[in-house]
Amino acid sequence: MLEQIELRVKGLNFYYSGGIHALKQIDLPIHSKQVTALIGPSGCGKTTLLRCFNRMHDLYPGNRYEGEIYFVKDNILSPDTDLISLRSRVGMVFQKPTPFPMSIFDNIAYGLKLKGIKKRAELSERVEKALVHAALWDEAKDKLNASAYDLSGGQQQRLVIARALAVNPEVLLFDEPTSALDPISTSKIEELFDTIKKEITIIIVTHNMQQAARISDWTGFMMLGELIEFGKTDKIFTTPSEKLTEDYITGRFG
Amino acid sequence: MTTEQKRKIEGFIALALSTLAAILGLFWLVFILGDVLVHGLKALNLSLFINDPSPPGTEGGGLRNAFVGQLIITFFATLIGVPIGVLGGTFLAEYARGRKIARIISILSDIMVSVPSIVIGTFIYAVLVRPLGHFSGWAGAVALAIIMIPVVLRTTEDMLSLVPWTLREAAFALGAPYYKVITQVVYRGAATGILTGILLSIARVAGETAPLLFTSFNNSFFSLNMKQPISSLTVTIFQYAMGPYDTWHEQAWAAAFVITIFILILTITGRLIIKWRYR
Repeated sequence: MLEQIELRVKGLNFYYSGGIHALKQIDLPIHSKQVTALIGPSGCGKTTLLRCFNRMHDLYPGNRYEGEIYFVKDNILSPDTDLISLRSRVGMVFQKPTPFPMSIFDNIAYGLKLKGIKKRAELSERVEKALVHAALWDEAKDKLNASAYDLSGGQQQRLVIARALAVNPEVLLFDEPTSALDPISTSKIEELFDTIKKEITIIIVTHNMQQAARISDWTGFMMLGELIEFGKTDKIFTTPSEKLTEDYITGRFG
Repeated sequence: MTTEQKRKIEGFIALALSTLAAILGLFWLVFILGDVLVHGLKALNLSLFINDPSPPGTEGGGLRNAFVGQLIITFFATLIGVPIGVLGGTFLAEYARGRKIARIISILSDIMVSVPSIVIGTFIYAVLVRPLGHFSGWAGAVALAIIMIPVVLRTTEDMLSLVPWTLREAAFALGAPYYKVITQVVYRGAATGILTGILLSIARVAGETAPLLFTSFNNSFFSLNMKQPISSLTVTIFQYAMGPYDTWHEQAWAAAFVITIFILILTITGRLIIKWRYR
């Protein structure tokens, strides 16, 4: 099977508003409908890189990109990019669960309403589909009108994933999605990746190397703003070609 | 003396001083509230609410005009002040966040909060009453609105700032434009806090006398016309308490009682909302 490239990062440099050069000359392919993990010590730029894919940095003045990220054919770093449409195609899940202060149903319906879906029947159907997809339906179906804050942390994170899935994104970005969760909630979310990636390209930033090894197809190891090594996850974790990668995954630093 | 004994004595002195201060403060509070309660309850009757004032010095009559006038002025003040305050607070916390202008406006409104209300009354007198040639309900409502704005503005700013940024980012990440992020997500998160601020600002202006004395003045007759002088409880209390008639004094006590209860209810509701929301 020919593997398709969904996103291609080319010569990406990123500068924060204070002038900090946070990403240095990154080149990276993101394979379609596979899981790509970004690992590396704190401050290495993996979250910064992740937030380039949906132009989250644009929320804060003074940040600057150089280089290109091709999403299929278009360079999303171009100033002409419609951020609203980009972000509805590239969803994001954050480290801490971010349910909105509204009911479980409305949380998921929020993104759908933004897309202009108003019919109650269609909303209900898509909300149910998203909750089933995120393995939360059985726990939430009897309390769709309850506040999202009534859910446990792990459930909230699955709610947020359901919310992101509901709008049918092509890519989903995960920024350490399980680092605030207990092991059981973590394994529930990891199980989700297998089903989600059938339809969606996933990029995940994680501190947990076992997690990267368990769930990802591709791994990129970053350090000090540079992409040190990128390749198949099996290869990175068994026979890395860089000394730095080997030192990091064997726990010699980081 | 050992240091331990010294510390005990210091502790005792601090405790005694703060207890004394608390008692001193509470004493006047209880005294005033008790006085209003006793005198007010004695003078309270139905006629006060359903009749307009009778000629000075005669028995009977009521303060229907003042109650209704107070409500109208406060209503329009709220109508003017709350949207400006909420939108201004939104500007500071969202669009101008981190910019110098936001900081300056914040400081200016903090100063505005502590400006004596009579200054605002005379200001409106100069810009609205003098040019138009007469006192009016509108002038009163605008004066009260100006007192409300900085209170509502700062509460809104503070409450919006308490909503975590990650929540906004999550809404942006779904492809929401900024105004929808604010109106549909951030406002929801801050709703109870903003509502409390609004209630407390109404309570604040409901007790104002000085600004109304210069703007809406007073009217012995029942009037719903905002273009004319209109009666208010606070100005009536001021006038009646200063007047020479015993019936006026009694009615002033009753009016003071009613307005105190009104403000107390607003304040307690505000506090209860905070407590219920942030328990």
